[in-house]
Formats: sequence, structure tokens, C-alpha cells
Amino acid sequence: MVKKAEVINLNFSYTDKKVLNSVSLPIYENRITALIGPSGCGKTTLLRCFNRMHDLYGSVKYDGQINLFPDQLNILSKEIDPIEVRMKIGMVFQKPNPFPKSIYENIAYGLRVRGVKKKSFIDEKIEDSLKKAGLWKEVEDRLHTSATALSGGQQQRLCIARALATEPDILLLDEPTSALDPISTAHIEELVTELKNAVTIVMVTHNLHQAARTADFTSFMYLGKMIEFGESSQIFTNPKEQKTENYITGRFG
Amino acid sequence: MSTEPIRHRNFKAQAERLKRQDAFFWFIGLLTLGFALITLLSLIVDMAMTGWPRITQTFFLSFPSRLPERAGIFSAWVGSLCVVLVTSLVAIPLGIASGIYLEEYAKKNIWTKVIELNILNLAGIPSITYGLMALGFFVYKMHLGQSILTAGMTLGLLVLPIIIVTTREAIRTIPSHIREASYSLGATKWQTIRNHILPYSSGGIMTGVVIALSRAIGETAPLITVGALTFIAFLPSSVMDPYTVLPIQMFNWVSRPQEEFHVNAAAAGLVLLTMTLFLNGTAIYIRYLFRKKYKW
Amino acid sequence: MAIQSEFSTPQSMKRRWRNFKESFIHLLLLVCAGSSVLVTFGVIYTLVSEAMPFFLEVPIKNFLFDTEWTPLFENPQYGIMNLISGTLLTTVIALIIAIPLGTVAAVFLSEYCSNQVREFFKPLLELLAAVPTVVYGYFALLFVTPILQKIIPSLESFNALSAGIVMGIMIIPYVSSLSEDSMRAVPLYLREGSLAMGASKLQTSFKVIVPAAFSGIASAYVLGISRALGETMVVAIAAGLQARLSLNPLQSTQTLTAYIVQVSMGDLPQGSIGYRTIYVSGLVLLLFTLSFNLIGQSIRARMEKKYK
Repeated sequence: MVKKAEVINLNFSYTDKKVLNSVSLPIYENRITALIGPSGCGKTTLLRCFNRMHDLYGSVKYDGQINLFPDQLNILSKEIDPIEVRMKIGMVFQKPNPFPKSIYENIAYGLRVRGVKKKSFIDEKIEDSLKKAGLWKEVEDRLHTSATALSGGQQQRLCIARALATEPDILLLDEPTSALDPISTAHIEELVTELKNAVTIVMVTHNLHQAARTADFTSFMYLGKMIEFGESSQIFTNPKEQKTENYITGRFG
Repeated sequence: MSTEPIRHRNFKAQAERLKRQDAFFWFIGLLTLGFALITLLSLIVDMAMTGWPRITQTFFLSFPSRLPERAGIFSAWVGSLCVVLVTSLVAIPLGIASGIYLEEYAKKNIWTKVIELNILNLAGIPSITYGLMALGFFVYKMHLGQSILTAGMTLGLLVLPIIIVTTREAIRTIPSHIREASYSLGATKWQTIRNHILPYSSGGIMTGVVIALSRAIGETAPLITVGALTFIAFLPSSVMDPYTVLPIQMFNWVSRPQEEFHVNAAAAGLVLLTMTLFLNGTAIYIRYLFRKKYKW
Repeated sequence: MAIQSEFSTPQSMKRRWRNFKESFIHLLLLVCAGSSVLVTFGVIYTLVSEAMPFFLEVPIKNFLFDTEWTPLFENPQYGIMNLISGTLLTTVIALIIAIPLGTVAAVFLSEYCSNQVREFFKPLLELLAAVPTVVYGYFALLFVTPILQKIIPSLESFNALSAGIVMGIMIIPYVSSLSEDSMRAVPLYLREGSLAMGASKLQTSFKVIVPAAFSGIASAYVLGISRALGETMVVAIAAGLQARLSLNPLQSTQTLTAYIVQVSMGDLPQGSIGYRTIYVSGLVLLLFTLSFNLIGQSIRARMEKKYK
């Protein structure tokens, strides 16, 4: 197993509220890592550190490292441009958020901001990423119709395709199924498990079963601290920490 | 004294009374709106009935004259067009840029507060004070004279708050997750604004621009102070030329004692009213179109 | 063709260029937004600096207590109260029309009618505010006054009454639209709470919704007031040019704004006392409207804090 990234002693606070307290964990290449924990434990905040989303808003402070392998470069460093970080690390959000443009333009956008102009290349990428996202069959004959006309599940797969088109090193999923119905959820879960051959995935989820079913590794967070990290099989069957056990057995959260 | 439990009372009469009150207010409300609309209607009808006979091709292609039946609005509508063109060049870029800044860039600090409060106040300043400012500053300090340029800039500043406010409102309807989607794909702030924020808010912005221009076309008071003339028997050849505009021409005619000129005033008013109502209708239509296009 | 680029250093040309472009745009937009502050300063500065020499020549006592306003006469008098009384008179008449009608219209649109009815009436009502004021002036002088003269024979052909009434109709949408917005912003549970107790719509509207939306309604009124104070063309056309210290609505009167129009129509040399007087009138008008705006904003700010 090869490390793709490593979080080391990450602290994070909004104006006066500490949200992450010295969090560390490894992210393995071509594996799915799930972040679980009760609401407000900081898992989404942690996820959004990976692509420096927090830099968009004022009044946050963070220190620590997220090193990206193989170069072991700290992507939280001020030396590194957050825009370049986002070019390497894709993200899919809780609520499907396609642009109100055509399906084609949605996926092409990531390539366009990277300066890709060649149409044949873009066409190829669009087909490729839609296929990876399992959406190609459904939309191949209506690529130029509006993306907002798709169903919720289709929209979310489009958002995954949009992120994949730019060939990210890591794909961040922020509760990607929380706004979807059970059938679309099953679809996305299946898709995510297939995708790990192509990309490293970090996923925040509220749904413990989802984490158990899809993730290779799971880390349990509580009140801004990393309580336990391990293979999912171990976390869900034989947790080392009492808090983890309480959480996964439904005693709180 | 024993009080009877309230639930034993019969509320039927009270309920009937409340119902009657509601029906009465419904009637009052309709009456109020009806009154407002009948006023608007009688204004239009009265003006149309008086002015319609004067609406001929010659009226549009004649210069003002001492003889009411030979006087026309040629220099006035050309002047209005030129002035509004200058107004657009000033107010549209400045207004949209300010709106974008306040919604997308401004941090929550004292300076932003100052700018916001200032725009609120600007919107509340009487239009004639803009005219006084323009007379003192544009005409006498900057020596721009009583020209189309001065008039256009004056109206530009006057309608600026309208464009700023509608731009901000339009941008504010775009949910933040659309911005985040763009950023997460590696777009810069300006790319996000140019490729997403502006296109998705363009309906609202256009609505505001059209309303602002309609306001500028009908505005009279500030142009009186910066010396719009009423007797212009030639077409302007540059922005530094003297000018007249439709509302000023109408004001001139309505202020004369002879009734024949009132007919001209009504005809000019009809043209003016048609233009502003057309622009406002356009604004409503644009808003409708875009509301259908983007549902968040 | 690879899409990914390696990370660049802060010194790289590409990144410098991108940062430069982004901050340049940021600065440009900031300058545009800041320019509106300059406009305010421009207005205040011009009015104050052009009006100041007036007060060097005319004692404040005369300015406040002269019984007439005749700055362009042989023996000039400078009693500003003559213009202020005309302004207040037309404003009050306008408000007597606009506030009740605007409020009723707002309650009706927000609480009583269906969505379709509202979608129909609201744009029509807003057209009232879109009609050019010079057209309203024509309407007041040549339509409303003759009608009113049939009812009140002693009405002069230029009078404060019809100018005020027409102004009032004109500002109905200013009052109603802001009021309605704030009433509709009142949370549904308040409305339902009242209706669930058996209250009628009327009781709910005036005892629950209107108090809860008070800040918005009050600022709508204030907006209406400052509109009426600053309205120019209707009064210049229909109310006459006679500055007098009287509150008789049947006579002609002159407002601060109409005076500015009257003087501007003539040819006044820059720097003459007549030229100064239009700035003095403008300054007085600005003080009135600015203070009303500030009152409105502070009401809203206080209420927003309370209801958050």
C-alpha cells in the first residue's frame, strides 16, 4: 500500500472556535478512506482542508501539514497556490450542484479553466469521464441539454464525472448521497467502489453502513479529534477505543 | 360570582362578524388598487385623447417652433437618445462593477459598511440635488458646459444606485454551492465571476439596467439645473453640444398658458409614457424569462 | 496531453501573472464601488461650498424669520420658512393619500390575495412609480385641478392640493412595495399561530403581521416622505411659483424644489446671490431628506437586531 497523502498535526479554528485539534491520518493510494463521526466533529472541515476551500472565506486559521506524495509537498503551505491544489484535488458536494449549463459544458469547465482548448480532446474526456461515472448511456444523446433537467442521482453522477474529467490525484466526497433517494444512493456507492481503481478517494459520510460497505479505511472523529483510524473491517467489528464502539453501536451521535 | 366557562358561549355571532370584517377589508383592498389603477388609466386616456391628433410624422421630425401646430420633438427625442447613451456608458459599467465588488469581494468591515450606507443614502437623495451638484461641479468646475456630456453623466450618477442594488440582488440569488463547484474545479475568483456569477445573474442585472434607463429617460428636474434648453432647432453633432430632451420639451409646453401648446405637451407626454411603459414592460418580461431559466 | 501541472513556486511567472490579474480586477472593482462615496461627497461638498457665501451676506436671523422669500426683488427678503411651509404642505397632502392607500394595498397584496392576483397587480402598481414625473405634473395641472375646481370652486388653478394628491398617488408604490416585502418576510408560524386561535385575517394582519413587520413598514413610510419632500416636477408645474408662509392647500404655493427650478430656468450668473439661493434651498432640502433617510435606516437596523 502506497501513501497518497498524509495529514500531520492539523489544527483548525474559526474565529474563536477550535474545530480540529492536532489531527493526523494517512490516505492510501487507490483506496477509499471514510471520515465518520457525529455532526460537528470536524469531518467536513477536515475534508475541505484538502482542497483549501477554507481559503475562500476569511476568519479561519489553520496550521499543520497535509503532505502530498510522491513529492511529500505540504499543500497547506502558503507557498502553494490554492488554485493549483484544487486543480489536483477534485471535490463532490453534499447537494448535487451542476452549473445551470449543458451537460457538456459542465464537464468541459474544469478542462477549460486549465487552458485546454482542443475540442477533440475535450470530447474524448467528456465521454471517458461520463463512462467512468456510469452516466454515458443515459445522456449520450443529450449532451447539450441542460444539466439541471437531470434527476438528483444523475446530477450527482454528473458532478462526479465533472471532477473526474480533470484527472484529480484525490477525489473528495462530502456526504455525496445525503440528498439522494435510496436507489440513487446505491448507484453512487457502487460507482465509488469501482472508481477507486482510478483515483484515491476521501469520503465524509453520516451513514455508517455506507462507510462499512464501501471504505477500505475508516477514521472516527469526535469533537475535533481523531479518535481512531484503521481498516474498516477492524473499526466496525473490533474497535480499539471505547468512544468508537459507543458511536458505531449507536449509543450516541 | 361564578364565571361561566368560556367554551359554553356561543361564538357563532362573533365568527360571523369576523367574516364580515374580512370580506369588508377584501373589498377595501380591491377598491384601493382599483383607485390607483384607474388613476393610471385616466392619466393615459386623458393624455391620449388630447395628444393623439398631434402624433404625426411631422411631429417627430420637426424642431420646436413658436407656432404650436408646427412645433415638434425632433431635437428632443434625438437629445434624449444621446443623453441616455452617455448615461448608459457611465452607469452600467460602474453600477455592475460596484455590485460585483460588494457581493463577491467586499469583506465585512467598516469600509464596506460605509459604502453600503452611502449607496442607500444616494438612492434617497432628491434628483434635483444631483442637478445642483452637476451645475457646480461638471458645468463650472470642470468646464464641461451645459452639454449632452454633462447631462448624461448627471443622470448616470442619479441611476447608479438602482443598477448597484439590482445587481447585488441578482447576484445574491445564486447559491454559494455554485461558486464552490467552480472553485473546486480550480477556477480563480474572476473566472468564477465571469463564467458563472455574471451569466446567471444577467437577467436580474438587465432588468435593473432597463429600469434605470427608463428612469433616466423620464427624469427632468436635474437637467433643468444643468441648463437643458427648450429651443433647440438643430441636432447635436458632438457630446459637447447643447441639447434638449423630451421631458424638458414637455415641461416647456405644459408651462405655457396657450392651450394649443398643451396639446403638444400631451403628445410629447404620450411618446414619453410609451417609451417608459415599454421599457418597464421589457424589464418585467426579462425578469420572467430568467426566473424560468434558473431555478435554484 | 497532460492536464495536470506540477505545483509552481510563488516566484513563477505564470503564478505572478495570475495573481497580478486577479488583484488588478479586485482593485478596479473596489475603485468603482468606492466612486459612489465620491458622488456623495461631491453632492455635499458642492452644495455646502456654493451655499456658504450666502450666509456671509444674509444673517441667519433674516434667513429664519423674514416673512417673505423674494431673493430676486429690489428689496430682497430671505425667509426660507416660506419655501419650507410649501414643501411641508405638499408633502403632508401626499402622505395623507399615500400612507393609508399604500398600507392597505400592501396588506391586501401580502395577506389577502392569491399568488396570481398578486402577480397581476404588483407590476401594475409599480408602473405608477415608472411614469415620468413631468407627466404627473401635466396630469395634476390639466386633469386633476379642473375636476377639483368643480367640487371646490375657490380652488386656484395652481394649488398645493392637486399637486399633493397626485404626488401621493405617485408614491403609493414606494410605500406599498417595501411594506409588502417586509410583511411577507414575517415567518409563517406567526401567521398560523394567530389564525389557529380563531383570529380573522384582518385581526391577524393588523395585530400580528403589521407589528412584526413594523421596521420595514416604517422605513417604507420614511422612503415615501423623502420622495415627497424631494419631488420637483409635479409641484413646479401644478403648485405654482408663489412662495408664501401659509398652509392653505387651495392656494398656489412654492416648494424648495420648485424654487430651484424657477431660478434655473432663467439665466443666473454664477456666484450671484440668486445663484447662491438655489444652493441654499438645495442644502435645506438635502438636510431634510438625509435626516429622514438616516431615521429610516436606524429604525430598520434597530428592528433587525431585535428580531434576529
